[in-house]
Parts: sequence; C-alpha cells; structure tokens
Amino acid sequence: MLKPGEFYQRDREWHPPALTRDYKTSVSRSPQYSLISLQNSVSEITGPVFGHNDIDPLDNDLIHNYAKSGESAIGERIIVHGRVLDENGRPVPNTLVEAWQANAGGRYRHWKDTYLAPIDPNFGGCGRTLTDENGYYYFRTVKPGAYPWRNWVNNWRPSHVHLSIFGSGFAQRLITQCYFEGDPLIAKCPIVNTIPDKAAQGQLIAALDMNATIPLDTIAYKFDIVLRGRRSTLFENRLEGN
Amino acid sequence: MTQQLSYLKETPSQTAGPYVHIGLAPGAAGFDIYKQELGWDIAGPNSEGERIRVEGLVIDGTGSPIKDVLLEVWQANSEGVYAHPEDGRSVEDGFRGWGRVISNFETGEWAFETIKPGRTQGRNVGTQAPHINLWIVARGINVGLNTRMYFEDEADANAEDPVLNIIEWERRRTTLIAKRTERDGQIVYRFDIKLQGEDETVFFDI
Repeated sequence: MLKPGEFYQRDREWHPPALTRDYKTSVSRSPQYSLISLQNSVSEITGPVFGHNDIDPLDNDLIHNYAKSGESAIGERIIVHGRVLDENGRPVPNTLVEAWQANAGGRYRHWKDTYLAPIDPNFGGCGRTLTDENGYYYFRTVKPGAYPWRNWVNNWRPSHVHLSIFGSGFAQRLITQCYFEGDPLIAKCPIVNTIPDKAAQGQLIAALDMNATIPLDTIAYKFDIVLRGRRSTLFENRLEGN
Repeated sequence: MTQQLSYLKETPSQTAGPYVHIGLAPGAAGFDIYKQELGWDIAGPNSEGERIRVEGLVIDGTGSPIKDVLLEVWQANSEGVYAHPEDGRSVEDGFRGWGRVISNFETGEWAFETIKPGRTQGRNVGTQAPHINLWIVARGINVGLNTRMYFEDEADANAEDPVLNIIEWERRRTTLIAKRTERDGQIVYRFDIKLQGEDETVFFDI
C-alpha cells in the first residue's frame, strides 16, 4: 500500500492560542501543558466519508429548510458561497460543510438562548451541504443579526455564521466562523481577537460579492475555506521505532 | 528578491460556541429539522467485535463538568481498518467508525456505543494499540482538542504503542487509558477528560 503523505503541520501562530483571557470562558477550558506533537499515522490521515444519502438537497437552504410550505425566513436574503481548498490550492471535493447561525434578529433557536429578540417561526438556523467536484459549496440564508453576550459587561457578537468542515482526514477537522465585510463589531469582538494576527482575522471576513448576487432577490458574500494541505510522498522519513 | 511560495494559509479556527448543537445536533438544541442527524451510529448493526459503551465527563480547570461539550469519535473496526479509501481494506456494511456525542446538559455525562477497535497500522512499521481518536469542541475551546482513548485491558499493546511511548512522562500516559467495567451485562469503559489541573489529559497536535 502506498503511504499517503502527512498533513502540513498546523500553524499554531495563525490559529488562536488555547488561553485567551479576554475571551473569559477559555481560561478554565484551555489545557495548561503543551500539546504533544504527533507524526500522522493512518488514524489522522483518514477520516469519515459522507455522501448524498446522508443529506437532503434542501438542507443548504436555510431560508426554506425549516419554513412552513409557501413561507420563508425573515431577514436580508444572502448567499454564502465559496470553495473549500487545501493549503496547496487544490479543491477539496465531496466534503461535508455544516452551518449554524442566529436569525436576522440575533436570536438562536436553542433552548439556552434567552435573548429578547424573537424566534422566527420559519427559521431553524442550520444547514449542511457537500462540496462539488471543484470544492464549491453554497448556502442560502438570511444575514444573522448581532447579539449581546456575557463576557465583558457590554459585548456584542458581530454577525456571523458558524461553519464546520471535515476534509478527507481527521487531522483537517475544523470549526470556524464567517464574518461579513464592513461590520464594525468585528474589530471589537473578543472571540475574533483570540486570533492574534490581523491578516488571519481577515481570512474570516467574507467579501461582498456583487457578481454572485441574484438581482432583485438575494445578495451574496464569498467565503473560501482552506484546510490543511498534504505533503507529496517523494521522500519518506522513516523514524526509528515508529 | 526570492521567489514567492504560493501556499494558502489554513482558515483559522474559532470556538464552536454554546449553540454548537444547532448545527451539529439540532435535536439537542430543541428542534427537529433533518431527516437524519449524523453521527449517532458509529459501528452499524453488522460489525464484528466486542460491543462496548464508552462514557465519561469533560472536566474544566475548576473541577466542574463541562455541560456544553461535543465530542467526535473516529475509530477503526475490530480488524483495525478505517472506513476510508486510503486504508485500502474494506469494512463491514454500515460501519462508519465516526460519530458525535454531546454531554448531558444537567450532568455533563456523555456516552456512546460502538465496537472495540483492533490494532491499526503504525506509521511506518508495526502496529498501534487499539484506540479511539477523539476531537473535542465547546464554548471556550478556541481550537478543537485532539486526544486518544486507549483500553485498560490492552496492556501489552499499550506498552508497545508508538504514540503512548512518545509521551515523555509515563505518569501522563495513564490519562489516555480508559477503565473497563461491566454493568448489567454490558462492557463499559470510563474515560474522563481533564482540560486542566492534576492529571490533565494529554492532548495532541496532530
């Protein structure tokens, strides 16, 4: 069997560190010891495979996937679309992308969310899709509202969509958040600011994409997602005892 | 001037937040939307091997169970084969080897049922002891945490395992070994995960 290449190491200076005091919940939930670095084995290089039997074609339309027949979610209609690529710039096809978000008023359909803004009866707030052979994905949804949260006395989350992505190997597993160009709350957000590098933060801000809008219907934002890339297997590094 | 490398940067991680259930387990958030939620059946009905239950807590630095945690499971079948084309071998029909589980909102207890995996291929030579790969996300966790659960009753395999053996502190290796018990005729492995403090679980940068 050909030995598949390992994933490039995760750039821990590009990601947020575990302990970020201004995001208070991280203080008691961050490991204190250093992570132990592992060369990839078959356990990390492989990962779950999903297919079209797992999901429904309407699952990526958040405007309609929880709405009563003939009705739709309230809010600014948007498309969030882009490609899932790896660090080599290659598309990641047939991979599962899951999304969840607050409604247009900033309220989540979750029994733990008690914010004043009302639940939209026609909006569930989650979706999922598989990338196509070119790594392309899209969701139709409404722009999520900003909402307050308990951290400092007066913190507000910028509009955001949570995204969960698999890739081909378990080492690529990623959860992130997509923000929207022009939102003044982004720079003030302690969760955004867990990421130390401003350029890395910018990678989480979707661009207004007028070319992808549907005129008189839906505005669009482009959000490409990059997963870890893999070494090519020109040379094997065979370590004693491994 | 040197030439420019054209690699892209990995998208930075962000916390899964307190409402992760909406996206990944909407039934637990309180609503029914999908025809099927993913990840509730890890081994399927046809798999060979010992049927087991795995349960535990994820405990924070104050000693409190985390009640809004989500874990994902990735494991091989009883022959040590992963359900993935790059493993190169086949698995039983319906065996996916992947699942997700959330903690109980009141107690923080989580549990999943599966089959005990077999030894898997080592990175270059030899084998790895049976283990379940775990990925842990929650509010307050900025980048999902990777760890592995090994089995108490696999002492010989564990002693040879290349991953356990790169952990310099032997004392810390024990944080990755689940305790085997039997309850009502069922095999139960207990695996508590400590994010901080005495006996902090080993987490990996994979």
